Amino acid sequence: MGRKLLSYEQKDTWIDRLCGVTKLIFFLCWSITSMMTYDTRVLIIMLVISIILFKISKTQWSQVGSVFKFILFFLCINIIAIYLFSPAEGVKIYGTETILLGSGRYALRAEQLFYEFNIILKYFTVVPSIFIFIVTTNPSEFAASMNRVGIGYNAGYAVAIALRYIPDIQGDFRKIRNAQMARGIEMSKKGKLTDRIKSTTAIIFPLVFSSMGRIDTISTAMELRSFGRHKKRTWYMARPLKRNDYITIAVSVLFMIIALVITYADGSRFYNPFI
Amino acid sequence: MKNKFTIQQVVAAGIGTALFVVLTETQIPVVIVPNTALQVRAALLAFIAAVYGPVVGGIVGLLGHALGDAFFYGSVWWSWVIPDAVFGVIVGLFSKKFLIREGGFGGKQIALFNIIQVVANAIAWILCAPILDILIYAEPANKVFGQGAVAFICNAIIIAVLGTLLCFAYSKISTKSSSLQKED
Repeated sequence: MGRKLLSYEQKDTWIDRLCGVTKLIFFLCWSITSMMTYDTRVLIIMLVISIILFKISKTQWSQVGSVFKFILFFLCINIIAIYLFSPAEGVKIYGTETILLGSGRYALRAEQLFYEFNIILKYFTVVPSIFIFIVTTNPSEFAASMNRVGIGYNAGYAVAIALRYIPDIQGDFRKIRNAQMARGIEMSKKGKLTDRIKSTTAIIFPLVFSSMGRIDTISTAMELRSFGRHKKRTWYMARPLKRNDYITIAVSVLFMIIALVITYADGSRFYNPFI
Repeated sequence: MKNKFTIQQVVAAGIGTALFVVLTETQIPVVIVPNTALQVRAALLAFIAAVYGPVVGGIVGLLGHALGDAFFYGSVWWSWVIPDAVFGVIVGLFSKKFLIREGGFGGKQIALFNIIQVVANAIAWILCAPILDILIYAEPANKVFGQGAVAFICNAIIIAVLGTLLCFAYSKISTKSSSLQKED
């Protein structure tokens, strides 16, 4: 638990001032587009836009740096694994074979390089948008705005509770771990697999059961205040949609449509430079 | 609406998600296959779903995984988020049979719990996750099925051990429905 979580920090930029719901819609459009497309041109444009947005949002490297390094690490493993498992996947996709180096199963093929380059692009188009989303969205305001996109307030409230209690439960986790370490239970990564499962158990049990107690306490308190009595509720943090919100939503949806049209224009989600 | 979603379910979904997110990093890595590990949070999800039912299980799986990924790793792998939700729903569907809240989680229920969790894991990780990986990310089939199989084995093991223990212990401390006795 040493690493810093991504968290909200207030900054006076226009991205920060947008409603949570606007950013949610942008984020969903953005991730859907980047999931669907394998078109290199679209991906590169998206990458450029996300870097620009990242700059505009004034997100500091210190806020996201450690998480970013972690992503890079995972990305590398993934890229290598794809190559090991299927060194000719690109050939299957693009239909041509251009061997650059070596021979046999693990020959280095241009198609494979291009395919894996696309995967890397796909990662990099989504990551900044998530960074921006988390770093610029006030959690309470976000829960309030979920209600606006038609999600029932019960679900919105579940999200609000989750976001509200993550730091608390994290605090509990640390306290319990320190207490168990003080009792002499090995918590480091040196232990054997069985030891590590045992030491994890020593944290999980108190943590889960105290949280179960928390569930009872909170739900009793909410019941006493007649939560769920009415069909609607108001939110303290709710903000009305402004002109910029409408523009952003329109642009995001439009971008998604155009990007997908370009991607599927030739009947395939891949951009093929080899034919 | 009110009958479908009780206050306790709302709170359980919220707190369960928070727990799931916090436990994201508590995992014992399996080095051979990327992005897979013995995940403690899988056991938690099975436990929460078994206690609170399919709605809470689904929400905790979906939201917990998405938020956990986003907060810790800065990216959301939807192809792995959805299987967790599927898993939560399937285990949750049988929550009434486990009698955890009623203090009746004994031998028969333990067996049932483990059969269901293994089946649900198989559906989620050997079926859903690789198919979504192929559909969304167009990754090589043998790689994603390999990853899925490892995830399946890891999750099944950790849930069989930790999940069962959690259910059993919680069932022990919760009041038995038949604990009141008529005075003679």
